[in-house]
Amino acid sequence: MTSPALVPSSPTEQTVIPSAVVRFAGDSGDGMQVTGDQFTVAAALAKNDLATFPDFPAEIRAPAGTTYGVSGFQIHFASDNVYTPGDAPDVLVAMNPAALKTNLRDLKRGGLLIVNSGAFNAANLKKAGYETNPLEDGSLENYSLLSIDITKNTQNAVKDTGLSNKEANRCKNFWTLGLMFWIYGRPLEPTLKWIEQKYGKRPELVQANTAALKAGHAYGETAEIFQRKRYEVPPAPVEPGVYRNINGNTATALGLVAASRIANRELVLGAYPITPASDVLHELSKYKHFGITTIQAEDEIAAVCAAIGASYAGNLGVTSTSGPGMALKTEAIGLAVAVELPLVVIDIQRGGPSTGLPTKTEQADLLQAVYGRNSEAPVCVVAAATPGDCFYMAIEAVRLAVKYMTPVILLTDGYLANGAEPWKVPNPSDLPKIELRFRTDPNGFHPFLRDETTLARPWAIPGTPGLEHRIGGLEKDYDSGHISYAPENHERMCRVRAAKVAGIARDIPEQTIEVGSERGKLLVLGWGSTYGAIREAVQRCRARGLDVSHAHVRYINPFPRNLGELLRRFDRVLVPELNLGQLVKLIRSEYLVPAESLPKVQGKPFKVEELEDAIRRLLES
Amino acid sequence: MSNLIEPAKLTKKDFETDQDVRWCPGCGDYSILANVQRVMPELGIPRERIVWVSGIGCSSRFPYYMNTYGFHTIHGRAPAFAMGIKVANPELSVWIATGDGDGLSIGGNQLMHCLRRNLDVKILLFNNRIYGLTKGQYSPTSELGKVTKSTPFGSADQPIDPASFALGANATFVARSIDTEAAHLSDVLRRAARHSGAAFTEIYQNCNVFNDGAFDSFRERDVKAERQLRVEHGKPLVFGAQRDKGLRLDPKTLTLEVVRVGEGGVPESEVLVHDETNQTLAYMLARMPYPEYPVALGVLYAVERPTYDGVLRTQKAEALARSGAPDLARLLRGNAAWEI
Repeated sequence: MTSPALVPSSPTEQTVIPSAVVRFAGDSGDGMQVTGDQFTVAAALAKNDLATFPDFPAEIRAPAGTTYGVSGFQIHFASDNVYTPGDAPDVLVAMNPAALKTNLRDLKRGGLLIVNSGAFNAANLKKAGYETNPLEDGSLENYSLLSIDITKNTQNAVKDTGLSNKEANRCKNFWTLGLMFWIYGRPLEPTLKWIEQKYGKRPELVQANTAALKAGHAYGETAEIFQRKRYEVPPAPVEPGVYRNINGNTATALGLVAASRIANRELVLGAYPITPASDVLHELSKYKHFGITTIQAEDEIAAVCAAIGASYAGNLGVTSTSGPGMALKTEAIGLAVAVELPLVVIDIQRGGPSTGLPTKTEQADLLQAVYGRNSEAPVCVVAAATPGDCFYMAIEAVRLAVKYMTPVILLTDGYLANGAEPWKVPNPSDLPKIELRFRTDPNGFHPFLRDETTLARPWAIPGTPGLEHRIGGLEKDYDSGHISYAPENHERMCRVRAAKVAGIARDIPEQTIEVGSERGKLLVLGWGSTYGAIREAVQRCRARGLDVSHAHVRYINPFPRNLGELLRRFDRVLVPELNLGQLVKLIRSEYLVPAESLPKVQGKPFKVEELEDAIRRLLES
Repeated sequence: MSNLIEPAKLTKKDFETDQDVRWCPGCGDYSILANVQRVMPELGIPRERIVWVSGIGCSSRFPYYMNTYGFHTIHGRAPAFAMGIKVANPELSVWIATGDGDGLSIGGNQLMHCLRRNLDVKILLFNNRIYGLTKGQYSPTSELGKVTKSTPFGSADQPIDPASFALGANATFVARSIDTEAAHLSDVLRRAARHSGAAFTEIYQNCNVFNDGAFDSFRERDVKAERQLRVEHGKPLVFGAQRDKGLRLDPKTLTLEVVRVGEGGVPESEVLVHDETNQTLAYMLARMPYPEYPVALGVLYAVERPTYDGVLRTQKAEALARSGAPDLARLLRGNAAWEI
């Protein structure tokens, strides 16, 4: 990756660079997410490949100027494939001292640092914990500092619009965006159009934000200092097709809508608001005309119970949540195992335990998903690897749930949920098929009569004449479905429930190698949102001649049928995860291979560099 | 829905299952079960369209004995399962069997929200004022100071009155009956079945093993006329074997008072007339201290309000009318796609 600030250029032309990582950071009221979104759209329209990640505080509106109220947005865009939002920004935009304080350590040495000097007053410096003004004390000399009074420039730009000072100040982000557009040679029109749509009802805001955006852009054009700091990131070679930007939560929601259409069955989502899962509820609640019903339940328990009830009645029952909610849903998921009803549970993992780090990412619910129920209660567990993959894994979760009459837990996380990437929009006719079979024949019926291949029981829904029956959490007799406390029968039922879930391995794709050779010295085995970082790190190491490959599991219970054999083809296996080593435990216990753990639990994704270092250390040891 | 109702040719027998009923001999649940099995055929709803949902506890075994669809779920959550069922298929007639522990202790939250949403389900709460299935601990409706296995020195909790809980949750139908009062219970069940919305019926039910005789003081033949007030919409609130007692509102204290009616007492015109649409009156009737006042039985409150499932259904139809047939390709494309 090239650091733009270090690249010399002629004074008049744009410097062509292969990629850039830009981070916007400011107060949570500074509009950094909007700025980031608009900057992203511009990069996408310029046909760059890209990945983004917003980073916002847990507090909705933390006191202005504090370090815990800083909101950030990072984008990595390039003329080549992009797999992560980038380790370290090449450019940091800091709207106030607190944003500088919390983000500076990530900025590359020599990186471009754009600072709103207008916010560096005594009060803000004190709130951020600065004893002296970093803009003046020489502490920023390792960076290419552009100190601009964005506050004042914005006020000047919008002074004719009649906005109050407070409202005028809120246009700072568009002034900044205008400047960034100038630096990267982006057209203003798409954002101008967006402003028009967004603030159409308040013409003075349209006028002010338009003025601010244009003024920021003009500042770049006229200010002497910028003559040497314009860059061009050429388009990336991407497959032809229709693309959109998508984050994991939207992709998950759309995957569920698609599954409902493919299966030709209405879907009921039971959910209770929880960060970072609420957007799945918000998104799905818009699609009533697609036959989607969303229930904002009174609690996490009611949410999953309503989903199970909907499944019992023949709809696709889904519940979405995060770790603490998973804990509450545990008993009901156990019931769905016992009564063998389809259920999709989406756990958008966040930092824990307990409330933990609600807005930060983690992968530490894996063992909870696989094992976290009383008694022998096997469920199918799958995990999405990228924001766009959430779409396909949501469809897959529904497919497996209805085919095997089982709960399926889909694991994503905060990083996937809020991170975005360009996504090739699929043609609905190319999507996997989901066939539903409802029992209607009363002849020989009992509710736990199993399909010989899948071992699934029949889905016999209320309203079907002649199939009236009772199911419940009490153990059932294998041959009649009636309540049974017989010892041998209980073991037989436990075994058949386990065999049913294990048998899903025959119905899922074999594990493939993502990057690298089929055998060798080291396999890096990942799951979930670490996909991009691992892939990038393994590619870089291979470019340096290291014998390393990358495989990424999307099916965790059961594992793909060839996984054990694949693992044994490598001398060593390294398992990086955003937890203290959970997949590695499953791998070791399942396959008795000496897989090694690379854990990280900081509420943050892996940096490519961290993984590269680990791979190098391991291969050199 | 009415066009789908078949002629009611079913009998009580059609609603019995082949399963042995496993309640203790003498349990009040038997008479409730028999009563429900008698009333169900009268409703004219085909068996396959009826779903019984329950949680955990003695009362929650109920679905196993009803030859309809049945779902014995987890403790306290029957209303949440019922919500999913009813929303998924509004054509179903959904019934919940619960108890004082299942519905008011562990499942208090689910019950409250089911009632305030006015989900179109019928809820029967068997109140025996004790935990039966766990062998005799006090319940949230047990009287203060109740001595049980878990409270050898007497319970320290104030009991909750199920009917006033339901009224507090803004239920649209609140009724009360007794396991042994077959005719009265049947009448109440018919009313509940006809109600559109969450119909809450509390049934005093004797647990002859762990809390025998809990309701004898107003249930027994020789005392019931004096101790029970059978409320009926539009009828004066009088009771007593001689119909010589009634309820009057004391306008100074805004409380009910028991008065002698007729000779030597007040004229019947001063006695309150039951108005089942009056929530304040229903609340006062539900909460009358016993034994200073009689126990109010019957439909205490009944009003019509849009149902949760009905509103969702309407929203769906409106969304479809507004947006036209769903177009998945367009949805996936979104508003800001670009082509390469």
